[in-house]
Amino acid sequence: MPNLAIKATNINKWFGEGDARTQALREVSVEAAFGELLYIEGPSGSGKTTLLSVLSGILRPDSGSVSVEGSDIWNLGQDELAEFRLHKIGFVFQDYHLFPRLTTAENVAVPLILRRMPWGQAIPHALKYLEIVGLEGRSELPPVKLSGGEQQRVAIARAMVGQPDILIMDEPTASLDGDTGRVIVEFVKTKFLNERRFILIVTHDARIGDFATRILRMEDGRITGVEKGVS
Amino acid sequence: MKGILKLAYKLLINDRAKFTALLVGITFAVFLIVQMTAMFSGTMKRASATVLNLGASVWVMDPAVQTVANTIGMPDYVLDAVRSMQGVSYAVPVYTGVALLKLADGTYQPVSVIGMDDSTLFGRPQLIKGKLEDVYGENAFIAVKDAEFRKLGNPGVGTEFQVNDHRGVIVGVASVPSSGLFGIPTLYTTYGRALQYLPNPRFTISYVLVEPKRQADIPAIKQQVQATGYLAVTRDEFIDRITDFYKYQTGVGTNLLIMTAMSFIVGLSISGQTFYTFVLENLDKFGALKAMGAKRRELILIILFQTSFTALTGYGLGVGLCVLLINLARLRLPDYAALITFWNLALGFFMVVIIAAVSSYFGLRKVLRIEPFDIFRG
Repeated sequence: MPNLAIKATNINKWFGEGDARTQALREVSVEAAFGELLYIEGPSGSGKTTLLSVLSGILRPDSGSVSVEGSDIWNLGQDELAEFRLHKIGFVFQDYHLFPRLTTAENVAVPLILRRMPWGQAIPHALKYLEIVGLEGRSELPPVKLSGGEQQRVAIARAMVGQPDILIMDEPTASLDGDTGRVIVEFVKTKFLNERRFILIVTHDARIGDFATRILRMEDGRITGVEKGVS
Repeated sequence: MKGILKLAYKLLINDRAKFTALLVGITFAVFLIVQMTAMFSGTMKRASATVLNLGASVWVMDPAVQTVANTIGMPDYVLDAVRSMQGVSYAVPVYTGVALLKLADGTYQPVSVIGMDDSTLFGRPQLIKGKLEDVYGENAFIAVKDAEFRKLGNPGVGTEFQVNDHRGVIVGVASVPSSGLFGIPTLYTTYGRALQYLPNPRFTISYVLVEPKRQADIPAIKQQVQATGYLAVTRDEFIDRITDFYKYQTGVGTNLLIMTAMSFIVGLSISGQTFYTFVLENLDKFGALKAMGAKRRELILIILFQTSFTALTGYGLGVGLCVLLINLARLRLPDYAALITFWNLALGFFMVVIIAAVSSYFGLRKVLRIEPFDIFRG
């Protein structure tokens, strides 16, 4: 595959011990290229979130390897892995995980602060991204004053503000109505995706399937099918 | 780094309810700790007032003496013996006792009387009115202008009173570094007049005040005094002896320890629990920070900054509150014995550091254990 973003080979992951030991991922191999919007779909407990965590450097697999832009991320030390996530990946969590005591702009600026950008530079930068997601008038509000869709957009702005190569979204439409969900995914695809970037979305929402360039179907820890989507 | 500290600061103070609860807990604990120990320090300073005011380097006394208030008279030969000891530059007697004054308006007032050595007036107070040599005049006394002075009817030079049916007259008003503990005024006179005017047992020297030729001579002087059956202690040792008496033989020390420990436990409980709740409520956010790329040391920095900031702010407020209360109390009660010393502040600070450390420990343990994967898993 040209312009390879992620390559995972023979990933296995177990959870629990003794009788409670279960295998969450079974010999999973995935390849994805920059410019792709890849969906991982499947029922609850199929291993989607585990795979997403392994691919993004959050959860160490029990066996197998994961390369991002040609580098094996699981050979990195703890701090190097944190640096990798900070600079290469933007996360949009299912429950957003915005800080309720910070303003919207401050929430968006968090990844920049973690990159040691001075506060005085980080906030104007965050404001630009709030403008991109259409929330320029909401910068001083705390997230709790925003609707679910607006919070989702704040989370997207936070994921995009560091201009990462890879955007990972976990169930981005789970708490949104159908129309808003489609608008959000379309928005991300339009504003973020290009030849040097890759988006990975974990979902079981069939309503947004038509935005994907490729869809991986998972069941019982295995990839059971690959669908070609739009190009 | 500044940005991360500002992030930690905003996360802390924007949660106003928790931040207030944390501050109240620490402020209250510091206030109680400093107030308790300040009262003890103030009381101890008052209890050692005579030692501080007379200022002798070495004090010779009966070994049974525990405080300045309970003197045991020594025979005159002790003074002669001490004067003849090697290393002694000079030695003078001093009398301390209590007398009952009949004031001009007919009321009675107990006073503390200090009889200074007739020839040297060693340990004399700083006069602010009158002349020192007038103390050699007939019936002469010097009144100390301290918190108790008003109990003598604010006397001036020439004010008369009766002491044991003797006429007494104030020839000077003086100041001293410290007021006494028992809330009675102090009069200075000569040693001879004190013996003459006040009823006395057979032996009359309360203390022999000694000045050594050199500091290095003090151990030898102590040994020589001990050989006579008496006790010689330095000024600081005498103050410690008095402090120990009040600490261990009156229950004051035990009560203080209990109150200080309770204050510490209350502060630790409130602050520890509130901070732990604060961390628990934000645990998923800390997990999200980890997922986004925050390193372990950055999370440690955030938690330590938050606890340190709260602890130091609470410490400042607690000390400020204590100073305010002591000064307010002194407006109504000039005798109020509370003294904030470096050691009170250091103890309060030490306890606040422990509170912050314990709170940090439990918060950090939780934050460092949270796995970013748990955030994805919900």
